[in-house]
Amino acid sequence: MLGNRLLCVLDRDGNLAGPLPEFARDPAELLRLYRTLVLTRTFDTKAIALQRTGRLGTYASSLGQEAVSVGAAAAMAKSDVLVPSFREHGAQIWRGVTLKELFLYWGGDERGNDFAGPREDFPNCVPVASHAPHAVGVALAFRLRGEQRAAVCVFGDGATSKGDVAEALNMAGVWKVPAVFVVNNNAWAISVPREKQTAAATLAQKAVAAGIPGEQVDGNDVIAVRAATERALARARQGLGPALIEALTYRLCDHTTSDDASRYRNDAEVSGHWPAEPVARLRKFLMNAGHWSKDMEEALLHECSSSVEGAAEAYLATPAQPISAIFDYIYAEIPAELAEQREAATVQAQGDA
Amino acid sequence: MTELSLVQAVNAALKHAMNEDVRVLVLGEDVGIDGGVFRATEGLFRIFGEQRVLDTPLAEASIAGVSIGLAAQGFRPVAEIQFTGFAYACIDQILNHASRLRARTRGRLTCPMVLRSPAGGGIKAVEHHSESPEAMFAHIPGVKVVMPSSAARAYGLLLSAIRDPDPVVFLEPARLYRAAREDVPDDGAGIPLGHCLTLRAGRDVTIVGWGAMVKEALEAADQLAAENVEAEVIDVATLKPLDSATILASVERTGRLVVVHEAPMTCGYGAEIAARVASRAMTSLLAPIERVTGYDTMMPYARMEAHYMPQVGAIMTAARRVMAFT
Repeated sequence: MLGNRLLCVLDRDGNLAGPLPEFARDPAELLRLYRTLVLTRTFDTKAIALQRTGRLGTYASSLGQEAVSVGAAAAMAKSDVLVPSFREHGAQIWRGVTLKELFLYWGGDERGNDFAGPREDFPNCVPVASHAPHAVGVALAFRLRGEQRAAVCVFGDGATSKGDVAEALNMAGVWKVPAVFVVNNNAWAISVPREKQTAAATLAQKAVAAGIPGEQVDGNDVIAVRAATERALARARQGLGPALIEALTYRLCDHTTSDDASRYRNDAEVSGHWPAEPVARLRKFLMNAGHWSKDMEEALLHECSSSVEGAAEAYLATPAQPISAIFDYIYAEIPAELAEQREAATVQAQGDA
Repeated sequence: MTELSLVQAVNAALKHAMNEDVRVLVLGEDVGIDGGVFRATEGLFRIFGEQRVLDTPLAEASIAGVSIGLAAQGFRPVAEIQFTGFAYACIDQILNHASRLRARTRGRLTCPMVLRSPAGGGIKAVEHHSESPEAMFAHIPGVKVVMPSSAARAYGLLLSAIRDPDPVVFLEPARLYRAAREDVPDDGAGIPLGHCLTLRAGRDVTIVGWGAMVKEALEAADQLAAENVEAEVIDVATLKPLDSATILASVERTGRLVVVHEAPMTCGYGAEIAARVASRAMTSLLAPIERVTGYDTMMPYARMEAHYMPQVGAIMTAARRVMAFT
């Protein structure tokens, strides 16, 4: 079932490279995708600025990879469950996680994981690959209850080297659970390039050993990512089981704000990837098709900037949780000894104040 | 009343829990038609079918990981890990995910799962089949750790573990699976987690143990009685959260403490109990706290395992030492 060609709808200049899928014939849908790509990038820029000025913690940028996130999420139904890694801000924004929640999370506040919107979505998974089995469990729950829902799990190229992913793909295949696994292949696992990550020719072919379909898609083409994910989800909902999608993109940024990518890759490589980036690509297509103008672009940038600034202000104005909050969610009911520790910590905090 | 072995009691508890709550699922390697390598899940597949008794691929980390996904979706998965030496593959999932799902989402997602595994030596199994990792799991915030010492306690504690809203690691002493038999009414009554059980009252020395060691502790107490030493024996039952109050109250009465466990001494759970008693009941102590434990070595292969596991004689020696301390 491994696709023998890379699925691509828009080439890097925004010209049609293949037939437009159904959803992409509606300009409003394309504009919705475009708006989320731009909002994600605007958020990203602000997050880095806040980090650089000491007002946000270590942050993992998604610069250049927005289309993987947004495309995968756009294919999901609201009732599906996203099981993300830590670079899927675009997917989270599309799914209804608020910008303030995202800022809170990266600002070191657990309340950023208490999504007001997609209540059943999983929080970011920082340990690489260990969330893949969770998606199998969630999808199994849907299957056992006979629900027409699916789990979408996103992880990076490095994650495919780990046993968790192999185990999860295998188990999902055996049980034919409605799960779609998306590899956000951004070419680098911190400093280790894709060719040093695996000797396999593609990451999509990791599906072969699990007996499930795998396909490669141009991860900088949001239309292609959405189309591939929609197809995999439709298949999953029919009870035909899981699929693996390898979305080929490129990390235009450092791994995180704590990383300096210039130590392991040169500027020429990075600048060589800029012409393929996803936001300009869709913009060119929209412009050429007459759906977009410079004025509309300016208005959108202004709108996104204002949303992000508002969310950042709200985040910065949010007081930290009381010290008791570090104890209050460990168990449903606080055990006596932990209650004693909470009391002692509260007294200590009052003394410190 | 029916006399059940410990493993039959586990089976009865699973059956009862599955009957009373459709959200309870059993999953693991060979738990289906084979009924588990120790037969803990025997018959469940026939009664409840493959939708609720799931044979998994051979992948311990994912057995735990899939359980987390199921639990987050409102199921009550009871995962079986065949032998505790293989449960180490689950530590990442339990430590990084199961234990903290509630906390990191501020209660939005929770993880009411049970990870069951036989534990401890004495069954002459091959290597990696006789480990005692209770302290490793007990060190993890957000999980509960339970180790029953009899058939009736296995039944009641397992029911409570399954009904608990948080993740529970449930370690079953393998050598008691068939050795410990007693009347276990299948009445669905849970034994509350987080409570130590005083199995024998005594005025002279408190002996604290859990799992298979409770049997040795009781035997030691019997023999000490012939020497006119009245030992109080406490089954910790739930290591986390620990019921310190029962232990402290006992030590305040007896003034002497012997802690017994099969796991290695260094950073073993006995150290935690000793530290709590030392800091909170120091003025009651009439002698230094004694620990009778496994050595800081690997659990040896079958031929030597009896030398590793604390024996009744070693517990008596420790008890005599604290009695003689002046």
